[in-house]
This record gives sequence, C-alpha cells and structure tokens, in this order.
Amino acid sequence: MSEVIAEPIRAVVDTVYRTDSRRVLATLIRLLGDFDLAEEALHEAFAAAVERWPRDGVPANPRAWLVSTGRFKAIDGLRRRSRFDAALVELADRLDASREPDMILDPEGIEDDRLRLIFTCCHPALPPDSQLALTLREVCGLTTEAIARAFLTKAPTVAQRIVRAKAKIRDAGIPYQVPSRADLPERLTLVLHVVYLVFNEGYAPSSGESLTRHDLSEEAIRLGRLLVELLPEPEVMGLLALMLLHESRRAARSTELGDVVLLDQQDRSLWDRERMAEGTALVEQALSSRRFGPYTLQAAIAAVHAEAARAADTDWAQIIGLYDLLLESEQSPVVELNRAAAVAMRDGPAAGLDLIDDILNRGELADYHLAHSARADLCRRLGRNQEARDSYRRALELARLDPERRFLERRLNELSH
Amino acid sequence: MKYLCLIYSDETQWQKLPEAETGKMMGEFFNFTDSIKASGHYLGSNRLQPTPAATTVRIRDGKLSTTDGPFAETREQLGGYYLVEAPDLNDAIRIASKIPAARYGSIEVRPVWEVVRP
Repeated sequence: MSEVIAEPIRAVVDTVYRTDSRRVLATLIRLLGDFDLAEEALHEAFAAAVERWPRDGVPANPRAWLVSTGRFKAIDGLRRRSRFDAALVELADRLDASREPDMILDPEGIEDDRLRLIFTCCHPALPPDSQLALTLREVCGLTTEAIARAFLTKAPTVAQRIVRAKAKIRDAGIPYQVPSRADLPERLTLVLHVVYLVFNEGYAPSSGESLTRHDLSEEAIRLGRLLVELLPEPEVMGLLALMLLHESRRAARSTELGDVVLLDQQDRSLWDRERMAEGTALVEQALSSRRFGPYTLQAAIAAVHAEAARAADTDWAQIIGLYDLLLESEQSPVVELNRAAAVAMRDGPAAGLDLIDDILNRGELADYHLAHSARADLCRRLGRNQEARDSYRRALELARLDPERRFLERRLNELSH
Repeated sequence: MKYLCLIYSDETQWQKLPEAETGKMMGEFFNFTDSIKASGHYLGSNRLQPTPAATTVRIRDGKLSTTDGPFAETREQLGGYYLVEAPDLNDAIRIASKIPAARYGSIEVRPVWEVVRP
C-alpha cells in the first residue's frame, strides 16, 4: 500500500522542491547564519520529507515544515559533531536558543529572506564574477555545471568562485540584510545590474556558436519577477519590462539555421504578444511614477517598437526623444550609436551617417563591431559601396559571434556583385 | 567584529598643501575620531610618518637585510589607520566612508583575524 502512495508523494516533494527550495534555503541561511550549513540543512530536510511524508502525510504548510526540520537537523548535527569540538557546542546552543518559533515561520520574514539573499549575493564587496555565480547558484538554484555551461567556463572555476564568495561573506562579516534606506538606491542598482548581466548573457552572449542562451534569459526574467514582487520600485519594473520586451522577439531574431534577422526584417507575427503586453503595461506603470531611470527608458523604446505592426509604422520621432532622455541620465557612446540609427530612419541615412562618423572620430567605439556594421549599412543605402565594404570588413574583424560573422559575410558578398 | 581601516593616499599631495589646509584636515580627523569614540566603534588609531621614514626589514637565508622605504612603490601610500569594532561589514563600510581621507584617498577595510591562543 505504501508503495502506491509513495509515488505520487515523491512527485509532491519534487514540486515543493521546485517551487519552495530557494525560499526555504533563504530562511535557513538567516536562522543558521551560514550558507554551507543552510545548504546541508536544506538537503537533509528534503531527505526527511521523502522518508516521512508517505508515512505521515504531506504537512499543511510544507515550507514551514521544511524550515523547522532543516533547522532541527542542522542543530542536531552540530551537537553530534560537537563531541570533537567545544566551539560547536556553544554554536548549537546559541542557534537553538536565539530564535522564537513564531519568528521562524513568520510569512513576512520569509519573503524578506529572499531579498536578504539577493542583496547578500550581490554585495559590492564580492567580485563581479562571484556575484553572478553566487546569485545563479543560491537564488536561482542552478548547478555549478549549468552556470559554467552558460558562461562558457569550466565547472571547477565556477565552484571556486562560489567557495571564495561564501568564505568572504563569512570572514569579512557581510551581513544577511536588506540594505538600509540610505544605501538601498545604490545597492539596488547593483542587484539590477547583476540581473541584467544574466539576461544579456542569455540574450546576446559575448561569444560562441549560438546567438542566444534561452535558459539564462528565463532565469533573469524569473529573478526580475521576484524582485518586482518583493520590491516594486519603478526601475525594478523597468528592468523586468525591458527583459520581457526583448525576450518577446526571440523567435523572430534568428532563422532556423541560427542566422541573424535584424529588427526591420523580423516576421512580427512571431513576436510573443503576451510578453509584449506584460512588458508594455509595466513600462507604463514605471513611467507614471516619474521616478524612472535608464532601464525604464530602454524598455519604453522597446515598447514603441512593439507597438508598430510593420517596421515602416515605427514612431522614430518618439524613439529619438526617448534616446535623448536616456543620454541625459547617462552619457554612453553605445546609446548615441543607437540614437544615430534611429535618426537615420527618421531623417535619412546621410543624417545618421554624420552622427556615427562623429562618434567614431572621437575613437570611443573604434573597436565595437556594431558601430562599423551600422556605418556600413548606411553607406550601402547611400550607394557608397566601397566605404560600405571597408566598414563591413572592419566589423567582421571585430565580431566574435558566429551568426553575426555569417551575417556580415553575407552583406559583403552582396556588395561585391 | 574588529575591522582595520587602512588609509591610503598620495602623501606628496599632503606635503604640498598650505598649512591652513592641513590644519583644517587635521581638525576633520579629530572630529571624526571623537564621533566614533562617542558611538562606541573606536578601538584605536594612529597617523604614520611618511614613507621616507620607513625601513623594510626581511630575513632571507638566515641573513638580515634592511632597506630604505616601503616594500613596494605605489601611487598611494599607507598613511594611518583606525581599528574599529562593528557588528558587520556594512557598518564598517559606513564608518570607513566617513574617514576624511575617503574623499581624496582610499580606505581598505580588513576584518581582523581573531586568533584564539590555546
């Protein structure tokens, strides 16, 4: 009889693991004050669930059960090991005495724990590589192998980054806290930056065979949703909107063979309308706060593209206006380049080319392949084929992604006939 | 936890300042020291003589070698320190950011290794 019940309960445990294991971990880190101890406790709590739930039934609140079981197992484990180490006796006693049971299960505290975990993983005292790896490991629950594959590094390298980050959290006394109100804007900027890096590595990898790495983008969107749920600040909404709007074009961005399809050539029927609508609604909400920043503005630009049924219907004037606002908040040659491309669409290729040549003459984007390919494209449209060929060649020397290189080679071939 | 806040700055810049300026800076340091004494963070502090006053000592193959100046030539030199007691790194960073030298030099915040002697 237990065999018959055991199978569906195993599925229940798996589901709870998927939906709740990160929350349970976040709370265990607070209760136990140590990442490694908490991970071990999480593992033991789920092992106990597999053993006991078929016999005793699934508890009414599985998450609370897992937290208190994990905490108990960790303290029990410390006590057993403490026969050999007097310091562990003291630690076990302190952990046992320090928390009231209702504090452990307070639902608001548990939500806060997830924020504590995110802010701790993205602490500015940790090196950027470690912030990324630790966030993906602890907040998203990715394995070190999956993180290594995503960032085209070796698993031992990722594992080492995570070990070092945990050691620094412990040794330097990085607290498990949501930053104070005074520090929150700066610290939130860093968290959003880490999420955006994860997204970008999935959406536009810096090198490799494939144009996108879907899993990472999905993880970043999940993180974005979590942040909006926990901390609904305008820029948090802006970042989630930006990711949703970009991601909605994924199916249209490349051919079945993995070749690049530029925005104006994309089959817009392939765009994911549901994500676009969600992204657009978030942009509107963020803009109406009047406290928005660069992520919201970039999302707004993506939303204007999303509104156009055909490339020819794009409201370029509005896009240029949004780029102007973006440049007011951060001077960036890449933003200037994108603005120049929009100007070329509104006022013709010659106007765009003047702007791009200005940027290139300042030397800032001299090694950026997209600056040269944008220049080449405008020269091509103006019939200045020799200049177009030279710029495509320069772009090809600099491009590192295989599909982008194939795209540039195709353009070069078209021009030689 | 104990944190050592090491103050690094370009000591040649300090030497170029007019006396009125250095007096004002010293006043700011004294005020800061008083404030962290009042808040209970202060454990100790010292200003160091500039690096020309330094001597580097090492023993290699059992032989003493004594050389002039600091071990490494760097743009910013160690010029002093505060030893503080703080509950965590965020608090230590908050204190370090108020050291007057943070505005022209840099502060390295290092947790002290607590060694328990048997």
